Amino acid sequence: MQSAVSIKDLKIAYGDHPVIEKMSIDIAPREFLVLLGPSGCGKSTLLNAIAGLQDITAGEIWISGKNVSWEEPKDRGIGMVFQSYALYPRMSIRKNLSFGLRVAGLPKTEIEARVARTAALLHLDKLLDRRPAELSGGQRQRVAIGRALVREVDVFLFDEPLSNLDAKLRNELRVEIKKLHQNLGNTMIYVTHDQVEALTLADRIAIMRDGVIQQLASPAEIYHRPANLFVAGFIGAPAMNFIEGRIERGDGRPVFVSKGLAVDLSGYCFQVATSDGPATLGFRPDHLVLDGAASGLPTIAGRISVVEPMGSEAVLWFDWAGQSLSLRLMGDVSLKPGDALAPGLDIRKASLFDADGSRL
Amino acid sequence: MPIKRKPHLSATFALLPTWFVAVVVFIGTMAWSIRLSFTNSTLFPSSTYVGFTQYVKLFYSAKWLASLQNVLIFGVLYVAGCLLLGFLLAAALDRKIRFESAFRTIFLYPYAMSFVVTGLIWQWMLNPTLGIQASVRSLGWETFVLDWVVNRDMAIYALVLAGVWQGAGLVMVIALAGMRGIEAEQWKAARIDGIPVWRIYVSIILPQLGPALAAAGMLLAMGVIKTYDIVVAMTNGGPGNSTEVPAKFIMDNLFGRQNLGLATAGATVLVLGVITAVAPFRYAIYMRNRAKGAA
Amino acid sequence: MARLHPNGPRPTQITAGRIGLYAFLFIAALFFLLPLYTMVVTSLKTMSEIRLGQIFSLPQTLDFSAWATAWSGACMGTTCVGIRTGFWNSVAITVPSVALSVFVGAVNGYALSLWRPRWANVLFGLLMAGGLIPYQIFLYPMVRAMANVSLYNSLAGIILVHVIFGLPLVTLLFRNYFVSVPEELCKAARVDGAGFWRIFFEIMLPIAVPMVVVVSMLQFTGIWNDFLLGLVFAGRDNLPMTVQLNNIVNTTMGERNYNVNMAATILTAIVPLAIYFLSGRWFVRGIAAGAVKG
Repeated sequence: MQSAVSIKDLKIAYGDHPVIEKMSIDIAPREFLVLLGPSGCGKSTLLNAIAGLQDITAGEIWISGKNVSWEEPKDRGIGMVFQSYALYPRMSIRKNLSFGLRVAGLPKTEIEARVARTAALLHLDKLLDRRPAELSGGQRQRVAIGRALVREVDVFLFDEPLSNLDAKLRNELRVEIKKLHQNLGNTMIYVTHDQVEALTLADRIAIMRDGVIQQLASPAEIYHRPANLFVAGFIGAPAMNFIEGRIERGDGRPVFVSKGLAVDLSGYCFQVATSDGPATLGFRPDHLVLDGAASGLPTIAGRISVVEPMGSEAVLWFDWAGQSLSLRLMGDVSLKPGDALAPGLDIRKASLFDADGSRL
Repeated sequence: MPIKRKPHLSATFALLPTWFVAVVVFIGTMAWSIRLSFTNSTLFPSSTYVGFTQYVKLFYSAKWLASLQNVLIFGVLYVAGCLLLGFLLAAALDRKIRFESAFRTIFLYPYAMSFVVTGLIWQWMLNPTLGIQASVRSLGWETFVLDWVVNRDMAIYALVLAGVWQGAGLVMVIALAGMRGIEAEQWKAARIDGIPVWRIYVSIILPQLGPALAAAGMLLAMGVIKTYDIVVAMTNGGPGNSTEVPAKFIMDNLFGRQNLGLATAGATVLVLGVITAVAPFRYAIYMRNRAKGAA
Repeated sequence: MARLHPNGPRPTQITAGRIGLYAFLFIAALFFLLPLYTMVVTSLKTMSEIRLGQIFSLPQTLDFSAWATAWSGACMGTTCVGIRTGFWNSVAITVPSVALSVFVGAVNGYALSLWRPRWANVLFGLLMAGGLIPYQIFLYPMVRAMANVSLYNSLAGIILVHVIFGLPLVTLLFRNYFVSVPEELCKAARVDGAGFWRIFFEIMLPIAVPMVVVVSMLQFTGIWNDFLLGLVFAGRDNLPMTVQLNNIVNTTMGERNYNVNMAATILTAIVPLAIYFLSGRWFVRGIAAGAVKG
């Protein structure tokens, strides 16, 4: 099947300073791809390059089977939503929505029909004659989305569209975007630094760092089987717990050893053949079982330092061998700081990384 | 292989007239003038090069030397006077007073008027036979003297007076904008520390206004070097050479005395003066920005 | 024991400091207003009253004849047609100069800040340097060059000169304004298919209306108040009001008609003053913006 968007050996550099190195991605039609990473990782640059707003240094960009590497943005068959909304301040909402269509010289009736359809879809009907300044943040962002939709193209690009909104609106609009994708079935490429958005919206997530994709996989895969230490640390809140130690093979079976802790690794699903040596054990706060003794799992004993209740769940912070580890519990907690605990670790759900940070 | 799109052609095209102005008008004419300063041109440009003869002549000219001295005295007093009066006015207006906007309007209106108008007004005010001097004398103070415009030793101060009257409002506006930009919490903190108001202005407000006041001073200093209109209108360089200024010296030699070589030499010296005055300032800003960028 | 009542009396509103403050402000206001007052009363007096040497006294009778003379009869050398022609010359010079320089400056600022073509920074640097350098170094070659293309001593010529010398400041102001416009606005418009000029006219110029007003006002007063360029480039038939005013006052033979001179001075100052008084806030914004170059 033909890709909706295809990036081939893309390189972008500002002078001598490379921002993106030799990147290749294929995005399937109807796919929702999220580009996730810390600021400065090149994710917005990549999106701008796909849009044609950023000149590329080498490589090719294909959209809907056409090489658009040097095409003007308007000729690429894309719509784009910006972080700052970028609504034209002196135009009414109607004019904002129709500007691109008017520039393209579409017949008046067609423009009116499309604007009406988009406005109905996004519940903007009553706002059409207002100016952007008269709208709330959420309404403005809906107009910005509408301006992309009205172009009726196959590929939509979102550049951190929700990051200027408050938490409540962000959640609402996130659901709306997901619905929109389910109803329209367009290809969407979505840049964000918010992992919740990425995990909830994406079919696949591309985690980027310093212009290189660290892992390109489904949200579940990324959450449960991070490809390296960076991905493991970037995804999840509270962050994954890491314990540094060694893998040793005493009687043939691999064992993770660290500061009095010895965890049998025979239940762990290795990706690569390993030898003895330094390694990092990573496990998420929700992969610890509170009552370790009853579960029969290897236990990590410590003393509680802080309890963070969060309503439906709670995070316990406890000290183990001079470092602070976290544990997530569902429901109410009666434990207090100072209490001892010995949670059990399910090694099948944990992750192991070698000295270079790659998953074992 | 796709053909690389030529980006932003329209932007480049739109800037062409400005390129023309920058390169041909600014650089080109300046180079031409500098070239003329090394020739013996008089009424018409000549291509006989005479080395630095015109510059030597320039610095043997009593009029040129007088004009340099005058512009220095005028410049220092005018800039300092505007900064001081402007800052005081701004500080006074900042004290939550009544009729603030009326006062502000009064202090700034001279800045809207031309130097010619300013010069003529003060020429009339300082007129020794019918101006302020005559009025005060008729009140009974028979020995009162205010004859600056006709007094060789005082004429330059008359220019300073008129200049400060015209330009102090500019500094006031800039300083007041700066004071209004300072967070109210600093005032609250200083009041809780029990610091007297004048002390707050000197030790807390003034340092923060530094860059704004420096910009205002820079603007005024640029005006000093270009000083021409106000002199022509008020004293026309007199009495004697007491208010001659370089810009006027150059204009007289360019268009009045037909002494092109000497005039362009003077203009070149003036440009060098501006460069030496501005370069350290720009360099400091550049270095500061670089330091900021690196941090 | 806790103190139930505050120590000392409630402080009064009027203190010595406040009185000193207002005294300073009133004296300063007097200093700034006296010349304007003197100018007005002098213009309304007869010459015989002026000769009494009471510069601050109010006129005994209101005599507007000096204004009429200044407008239509005052002499520059041997021609006695008043400052009227200068007024209309200044209008003819200023209006097109302002319109053109604001337009070109706005395009420059927009192109330099939002499109950044190659060498944009070099061009901007050259322009700013040109704005700092004293005009005297440009004058003679410009006179010669303009004479070669028959623009010297013409209305078109002086307008062109004003546009050229206005470019550094106007470009700077618009560049600084457009730098604060989010770049995404430009990107969104490009995705919508608009090009350089379309974005400028349909999106950026409407946003920049306040700046256009501020810059126009600044340029209007600046060009109206110009003396040097008008003197050199405008030619006898197009001399602006400032030059004619100086000719009336400073080149008269015989007794000076101080009342006429002051009336002519007021007439010359009245246009920029009107702009200032009618639009104080905008004017203030203009100079504040112009001053913060660094």
